[in-house]
Amino acid sequence: MTTIVLDRGLEQHAAVHHVPLSRVTRVELRKMFDTRSGFWLMASIVIAALLSTVATILFAPDAELTYYTFAKAIGFPMTVILPMIAVLSITGEWSQRSGLTTFTLVPRRNRVILAKVIASVTVGVASMLFALVTGVVGNLVGTAIAGADLVWDVSFAHGVNIVLGSLLCLLTGTMLGVLFRSSPVALVAYFVYSLLLPTVSGLLASNQERFRDLRPWVDLNYAQSALFEGSLTGEQWAHVAVAATTWVVLPALVGLRRVMKSEVK
Amino acid sequence: MITIESLSKKYGARTVVDDISFTARPGRVTGFLGPNGAGKSTSMRMMVGLTRPTSGDVTISGRRFTDLPNPGLEVGVMLDASAQHAGRTGREILTLAQQMMGLSARRVPETLELVSLTETESNRRVGSYSLGMRQRLGIAVALIGGPSVLILDEPANGLDPAGIRWMRDLLRDYANDGGTVLLSSHLLHEIEVIADDIVMIGKGRIVAQGSKTELLRTAGTVVRARNMNALERALHESGLVTTSMQDGALRADADPTVVGLVARESGLALTELRTADGGLEDMFLQLTAHTQREGKAA
Repeated sequence: MTTIVLDRGLEQHAAVHHVPLSRVTRVELRKMFDTRSGFWLMASIVIAALLSTVATILFAPDAELTYYTFAKAIGFPMTVILPMIAVLSITGEWSQRSGLTTFTLVPRRNRVILAKVIASVTVGVASMLFALVTGVVGNLVGTAIAGADLVWDVSFAHGVNIVLGSLLCLLTGTMLGVLFRSSPVALVAYFVYSLLLPTVSGLLASNQERFRDLRPWVDLNYAQSALFEGSLTGEQWAHVAVAATTWVVLPALVGLRRVMKSEVK
Repeated sequence: MITIESLSKKYGARTVVDDISFTARPGRVTGFLGPNGAGKSTSMRMMVGLTRPTSGDVTISGRRFTDLPNPGLEVGVMLDASAQHAGRTGREILTLAQQMMGLSARRVPETLELVSLTETESNRRVGSYSLGMRQRLGIAVALIGGPSVLILDEPANGLDPAGIRWMRDLLRDYANDGGTVLLSSHLLHEIEVIADDIVMIGKGRIVAQGSKTELLRTAGTVVRARNMNALERALHESGLVTTSMQDGALRADADPTVVGLVARESGLALTELRTADGGLEDMFLQLTAHTQREGKAA
């Protein structure tokens, strides 16, 4: 039996190519689904979208049964689940110690991280498309039941912005995963960031004149919320770009540097 | 071939691996022996690019591990069999490795068979595996790419006697087919039965290295004669150093051939003449006595 193994090895020595990024990405994508917890996390996207749709049909006042109401109701759980998926995709390598295998098969760790980002964004885009389509069905069914008029009040550009906003949430999760390399720490950090910081920032803004003008530039949650509400002015785009660079891109680069240098045990 | 040159690792002021150099050759099983905490695992992590050395170099067939384009096809690595996501099945973990290396899907069942994991076992989640099954899976991940070099950290851990026998035969065949095997252990016996070459490490330093036969030879000779006093005198006159053993025999720091010749010159009839066993063991016990916190080896 061992002879077979060795022979295979010798065959392949002649033409050894770098593991292509597409292959690493495919494997990383598979790793997001192939555990029970991963599977249910993915399933929770579908379940959350369906539950939010049903809840909107049941509880939203007839006058508010518009596409935007559906999109908002389904979009909210996405901004919670997608970052968790992104966090766990990164931190699992350390928390579950599977990185010992992953980083010996692909020693260029930045490629593994890049593949994980691509895989997470792919899942994010697919989830958001699913959410938006579910919203369409919800709106058709909901208005039919209530006998209300069909209202399509989300433009294509607005739809794209909603997807972008959700991806920004997801990438915040990726950033925290890379920065902390620990599932519990990164998850707690995400909830502090998304639930606690906006409150603090809001309090500051209402009490400090100076911070009020500064807020859209430094508060990513605040700048990002514009994406969910409609089309953005040039200045609002600038807010998003500056805040995202400060809070997502820069910390992610710091984290990536540490990932490259750190010891995998 | 694995070439390690002046490899060192320091954490602050603490030196964990201290300037080690050795070569693991093709066609041979090299045993990396040392008590727990001697620096074996850190050294092996440095060999495969998971830990950055403070200084020194490791090359595998002339190249650094991190420069290998598809390392799984050239080096099979198992550092910790338990370091897997407990929620994946064994087959899934092997499939991930197969896909990452770009191998054909048929390699998965082939390799599972090679390490004797059954269909049912392979479809169970790794969380429910015994340590022995995890070791077999780890070996499977290391072997699936058909590498010519194997780096295994404590591969026999958790295997039952039959499993250890299986592992020994597998690695023996692998080396006989021209493969390079480096495996670590903290158990002398394990290394003695399987390794061709031994590198013994303690407190981060290499304390002995060479082929097993060489190392056994340095253990000296146990000799016994009807007239022990005359024997001792004769050996001393020939300039050999001797020590008395508990059972009354003498131990001389020389080859059995030399000791035998000295005895014949002096007309002494020997009742026992053999290579002292446990030379390695003595060395190893000394090593563990120094390094173990209990102060005394078990």
